[in-house]
Amino acid sequence: MPMAKQARKTAASPRKTTASKAGAGSGSSTGTKNGTENPNDLPAEIKIDITFPVYAAGAYSHKDVGVDEDTVMSMYRNMLLQRRFEERAAQMYGKQKIAGFLHLYIGQEAISTGTATAINIGQDSVITAYRDHGHGLALGMTANECMAELFGRIDGSSRGKGGSMHYFSKKHGFFGGHGIVGAHVPVGIGIAFAHKYKEDGGVSISFFGDGAVGQGAIHEASNLASLYDLPAILVVENNQYAMGTAIHRAFAETQFTHHAVGYDMTAALVDGMDVFAVTKAMQDHAKLAREGKPSMLEIRTYRYRGHSMSDPQKYRTKEELEAKQNEDPIIRLKKYIIDNGISGADALDAMDDEVKQEVLDSVDFADNSPVPDLSTIYEDVYEEDDYPYLA
Amino acid sequence: MAELQFREAIRAAMVEEMERDDRIFLIGEEVAEYNGAYKVSEGMLEQFGAKRIIDTPISENGFSGLGIGAAMNGLRPIVEFMTFNFSFVAIDQIINNAAKIRYMSGGQFKVPIVFRGPNGAAGQLAATHNTSTESIYATIPGLKVVCPSNPNDAKGLLKASIRDENPVVFLESEVMYGLKGEVSDEEDYVLPLGKAHVVREGEDVTIVAHGKSYWIALKVADRLKEEGYGAEVIDPRTIRPFDIETVVESIKKTNRCVIIDESNPFASISSEIAFQIQERAFDWLDAPIARITAKDVPAPYAKNLIDYYMPQEDDAYEACKRVMYAD
Ligand SMILES: Cc1ncc(C[n+]2csc(CCOP(=O)(O)OP(=O)(O)O)c2C)c(N)n1
Ligand SMILES: [Mg+2]
Repeated sequence: MPMAKQARKTAASPRKTTASKAGAGSGSSTGTKNGTENPNDLPAEIKIDITFPVYAAGAYSHKDVGVDEDTVMSMYRNMLLQRRFEERAAQMYGKQKIAGFLHLYIGQEAISTGTATAINIGQDSVITAYRDHGHGLALGMTANECMAELFGRIDGSSRGKGGSMHYFSKKHGFFGGHGIVGAHVPVGIGIAFAHKYKEDGGVSISFFGDGAVGQGAIHEASNLASLYDLPAILVVENNQYAMGTAIHRAFAETQFTHHAVGYDMTAALVDGMDVFAVTKAMQDHAKLAREGKPSMLEIRTYRYRGHSMSDPQKYRTKEELEAKQNEDPIIRLKKYIIDNGISGADALDAMDDEVKQEVLDSVDFADNSPVPDLSTIYEDVYEEDDYPYLA
Repeated sequence: MAELQFREAIRAAMVEEMERDDRIFLIGEEVAEYNGAYKVSEGMLEQFGAKRIIDTPISENGFSGLGIGAAMNGLRPIVEFMTFNFSFVAIDQIINNAAKIRYMSGGQFKVPIVFRGPNGAAGQLAATHNTSTESIYATIPGLKVVCPSNPNDAKGLLKASIRDENPVVFLESEVMYGLKGEVSDEEDYVLPLGKAHVVREGEDVTIVAHGKSYWIALKVADRLKEEGYGAEVIDPRTIRPFDIETVVESIKKTNRCVIIDESNPFASISSEIAFQIQERAFDWLDAPIARITAKDVPAPYAKNLIDYYMPQEDDAYEACKRVMYAD
């Protein structure tokens, strides 16, 4: 019943603002949305004319996003922590301390850190797919609990039950890493639904990969978010590939923001290699979400490592990878910090050493944490402690 | 006899069938340009071209439905799931469409399609990536469910599945893809669906085990043999239809049965087999049927927990001793 929504929307929240630079404006369209009060009155033609903002790299200073110099430094540290943690995790995988899938987020850290900077951690919610170490650490999970989880130890964030793909941290509003592509996005919309229902002011941000856009779940979730005016942001972390499949081989429409049009949502395109661009986009769209206006962000990024640990990466050239490595979000921020006199190279290197030590300590912590007792296999399946399991 | 890896046997079956029937195509994630996530379809794009070896977006629901529609309209699709864990995204297509359209159309339409890919646990992949789906699919009338344990059977059974006029769920295993075995080089090697294989004969206990569990059964049989007990090992090969006659014949001889099944135990293949046995061979049983399954919980990540979760050889061995009253 499309008319039901249209009537409701017209009455309650007409969405016709004009686009502006980073104003997170939605667009306007004619035809489908206008002039069809009577369903039998057809327009002369269908015309869609919508403008969405672009958050470009270099367009924002830290002041533009309202953060002070100390915060810039902690953002830098936060990104470094993710990078060094994963580099070490990869090494530990080689030493067989970690097994199964290990999907590294290296190259994408500006997205997690920019988001964590923009939102109210604890009040707002984040959910993502299996490439989840960065988001977990950015939101405040400790290297210790994260490394111990990878090692399958009892002090891991999920007590060794979840592994790399399933980080969760309730106290940080982190609703998890999830293994089935796209399946967590309707869940993210449900989290938004609860924020609205409880009127707690929270926003739910659902991250997913470019590949996940192929899942029907994303599209159903988008419609539900818009239909129910939920405080939600749907974020495509477009790192250009889903395993070995480049986006143009999987999608008829590779401009992912265009999907928002079909769901009458606003959208924006964001350069994910610049942490301030991400921060600004998240701030603007979180504000809209709190007003009951969900949105879809496409954040362009790149994963520097293989899809998981066993990926020969024949689908891309060395040149392509190197070109992207020149846009490294951590190097970019480092340069920004130095160029703007926020700190010096020596201090930044010292910070790097400190982070590396923190990560090394997490390896010790994980190594010393006991493996879960076999009896724990029967814990956390049901609420009841005395559930009658089949033996 | 040629020695082939499991993945090569699967590929050989697909290639041979595609060479003889140009209505067959293969569709799935990374099957073409990447040569298959587990290299099962390696080289097939080169041989058959992009018309017949088709990469998809991550759209299991979509491409499974596409396969079903194509089958209804005269083609014979092979749909590959990167793993069967992801078939759940498409389970409506499989259960409501593939399995039921023949029935609902009064036989006007048939759906000759194969859904294939790796099934079951594959190590420390945690709960969503370790599901044994055979019990789930086998409960659905209209589907056939096949689960080979070795390269030779894989080839013969897949060829039969591709030729079958019904939807077939064909369950492989990531951890067995590298397994080598002798494969018949008979010109057109087809094994009938619905026929169990008595792999080892024995007088003292019948062990029924499919897929990976079959290899546990063999080890247990070896251990028992050293102690002078004869275990009869039966690989059902097809889960649905299930060849209960072969199992019952065996039990009439051994009077004891142990089932090894990687599924979660509740309402599983092992439950079904045990029911059918007691229905037909109650008077021949000298001991309760025993089963060794995965634990009654989701699959955990930690190494020690997932090892404990899986059916254990020791447990199967002890169960055999128990039903023989030899413990
Ligand atoms: C429903 C489903 N199908 C297939 C897979 C296997 N798989 C895991 S990750 C992946 C690629 C996803 O790519 P994208 O969404 O772009 O995320 P990225 O890995 O780039 O972060 C695939 C196909 C899965 N986990 N779930
Ligand atoms: Mg991607």
